[in-house]
Amino acid sequence: MKALHNLIEKKVKPHFEQDGKLSKFYRTFEAFETFLFVKGDVTSRGSHIRDAIDMKRTMFHVIIALIPALLFGMWNVGYQHYQAIGAEVDFIDQFLFGLFRVLPIIIVTYASGLFVEFLFATIRNHEVNEGFLVTGMLLPLIVPVTIPLWMVAVATVFGVIIGKEVFGGTGMNILNPALLCRAFLFFAYPAQFSGDEVWIYAQVHAPEQLVDGFSGATSLAVLAAGNLESLPSAMDMFLGTIPGSIGETSTVAILLGAFVLIATGVGSLRIMLSVVAGGMFMGLLFNLFAVNEYMEMPAYYHLITGGFAFGTVFMATDPVSASQTGTGKYIYGFLIGVVTLLIRVVNPAFPEGMMLAILFMNVFAPLIDHYVVRANIKRRLGRMKPLASAPQS
Amino acid sequence: MSKVIRIKRGLNIPLRGSAEKILQTPSRAAEYAVKPPDFHGLFPKMLVEEGERVKAGTPLFYDKYNEDVVYTSPVSGTYTRLVRGAKRRILEVRIEPDVEDDYIDFGAADPASVSREEIVDKLLRSGLWPAIRQRPYSIIASREDKPRDIFISAFDTAPLAPDLDFVINGSEGDFQKGLDVLSRLTDGDVHLGVDAGSTTSEAFSQAKGVRVHRFKGPHPAGNVGIQIHHIRPLNKGEIVWYLDVQHVVTIGRLFDKGIYDSRKVVALTGSEVENPRYYRVHAGARLDSMAAGNVVEEEGVTPRYISGDVLTGEKIDAKGFVGFYDDQVSVIPEGDKPELLGWLIPSLQRFSVSRTWPSFLMPWKKYRLDTNIRSGERPFVITGLYEKYLPMDILPMQLLKAIMINDIDMMENLGIYEVAPEDFALCEFVCPSKIEIQSVIREGLDNIQKEFA
Repeated sequence: MKALHNLIEKKVKPHFEQDGKLSKFYRTFEAFETFLFVKGDVTSRGSHIRDAIDMKRTMFHVIIALIPALLFGMWNVGYQHYQAIGAEVDFIDQFLFGLFRVLPIIIVTYASGLFVEFLFATIRNHEVNEGFLVTGMLLPLIVPVTIPLWMVAVATVFGVIIGKEVFGGTGMNILNPALLCRAFLFFAYPAQFSGDEVWIYAQVHAPEQLVDGFSGATSLAVLAAGNLESLPSAMDMFLGTIPGSIGETSTVAILLGAFVLIATGVGSLRIMLSVVAGGMFMGLLFNLFAVNEYMEMPAYYHLITGGFAFGTVFMATDPVSASQTGTGKYIYGFLIGVVTLLIRVVNPAFPEGMMLAILFMNVFAPLIDHYVVRANIKRRLGRMKPLASAPQS
Repeated sequence: MSKVIRIKRGLNIPLRGSAEKILQTPSRAAEYAVKPPDFHGLFPKMLVEEGERVKAGTPLFYDKYNEDVVYTSPVSGTYTRLVRGAKRRILEVRIEPDVEDDYIDFGAADPASVSREEIVDKLLRSGLWPAIRQRPYSIIASREDKPRDIFISAFDTAPLAPDLDFVINGSEGDFQKGLDVLSRLTDGDVHLGVDAGSTTSEAFSQAKGVRVHRFKGPHPAGNVGIQIHHIRPLNKGEIVWYLDVQHVVTIGRLFDKGIYDSRKVVALTGSEVENPRYYRVHAGARLDSMAAGNVVEEEGVTPRYISGDVLTGEKIDAKGFVGFYDDQVSVIPEGDKPELLGWLIPSLQRFSVSRTWPSFLMPWKKYRLDTNIRSGERPFVITGLYEKYLPMDILPMQLLKAIMINDIDMMENLGIYEVAPEDFALCEFVCPSKIEIQSVIREGLDNIQKEFA
């Protein structure tokens, strides 16, 4: 370890320092250096000791939490494909098929996103932030596998610049960058992003091989169309063996991720629970006043279809774009659940409501916080009144 | 007895090296020093010439912006040297001690029978006035003010902090006398915070003329700021004063004997101390008088000496001086070595409140933590974390942000008057973004003080 460190310190680092040939790339070098080593920097003022946690480790645990959904998604891509063309292949082939379709999307996302991150870190001369490590893994999981790679790149660059860097970078953004990427794709390229023909690889790349009468509609599309009979079974939706975005179909895999986030304390349990509560509340309300079949659908179905589970666990809990006060988090989460169902059930234009609901509540989170902060201030001012009237004792 | 105030939020950092209850009296230090940087906002003007003889209690310098407040020598001897830092700032005023102390006589007095004016005057002349600090701003009190209340915390919950029940042993009478003096300074109450579980000394639990409040909970329950917040919070326009237990004792001795007897008990603690224990020394003693030969020597490990606790103390040299307000010295290893993939490998030697590290599985373990920062500074990302370590009805992140953008109204509204940097020390410790939170709070206090100056 010492030899490696010395090599980097003596042979590599000088090129990136002030007079080195590559001094422009210092921030890039530093990002890799700090990835490899926790530097020997010591505290100079304030607390002399510091908690072992840092952003890298925090973000790393979100990535770990995403792995079940990612692996399942890869397999499901292959499974759906071979189902669609009526071929019977074994598990490994299904997985490998998905792996080779999903991996390029991940690589393109990271390459384009990190390029922007490094570029801004260099221009602004600050350390490269770890935020994109998670964004770069989230985005591939919420797009259909048939998405052209150039679109991934365009969306990522858009999302990172408009969603994050224009506000000042990681920690300053108002909207969730990964969701903003997806919203951009959704509205800019609707043909590739909605309808029944984009969720399964074979539909786009080998339509001639599809078995007769095959429908690749997602459960939400089925619901929006109003024919509940062709809805997949609740078990299929829960396990995730249905068409959909790469990582969002399996509620089981997402729950595994939720377990990691909650056990490590990285993800906010408060938000997750209140989103579910909001969804259930609205679902039951629809059940009560049902005027059509969709509204009669059992409320819990909403939790296992579409992006509800994924959004709840990985998107709504983004600490930067969520509400930042404790009370605010309950309100924020609950309203995400409510708005998602409203969009799904009441608004015929959008079959999926999770993405828009979270983005919508991202915008409202500062307002919610504002009122929570007001309440705190009022409490403090209220404390003074009895003192002002009573003589001091 | 009053009901127990339970502090639920906070953290006791499990460090190795708490002091054994053994009190030693080391031989006199080679040098003593008064350090102007110990006193926030002080601009010292010297009153003595180099080489001049001083007695215990001789004024060494005064504050340019507060001329009444003088700072006196803790021992008798010769003023030998002025140590200056960047921009010629005075860092240390050093005294070479005599063998025996010779005291200036300020006159003994019964606090009950002299006027408030005389008490204030005596405290100012003896150099003990700076022991009284105020909230808001966490600075030395002003003689013009009459505080709403005076607060003293009789237990210290900081990491490896000295056991004040042990420290007070033998000084009970002086402590009570000090309390009697203080109760003359306010029309309000003198509040004494004790630990509901661990406080045993009757000097605290049976103290007369004061209101005793019992607290229970982890650090920062022992911080006077937290206690003020729970006993009677500070509102805009109000002023309260606070002191350390040992300074109350010194004040008691001043009125009892008429001298500035600066002796106090200092705990030498930390993982790098061979035999952590207590020492009775004069204020401003050079550290080697107690630590020499008692610090672990290990190949490749540099010890860091801290006057104070590891969360709020000041870094000093091996031959540095114990600070005016400190009754503890901590010695921990420097963390100046890089660590391969140190953020990733789940080392058992690291402590974290986050369950992403294995330390949460071993709640019994004590740690030898070093001074490594672990990461560069990042913007705020994680929310809801600081709240768990600040047991006050204050929104920490919102307050910090208000300070960073220097929004005076917002700072006031969010409770800046109630806080001091030390109350946010745990927030700084746990911060995954490695933001220097205590410095931010100090900056906010300075800005708001300037705003109303």
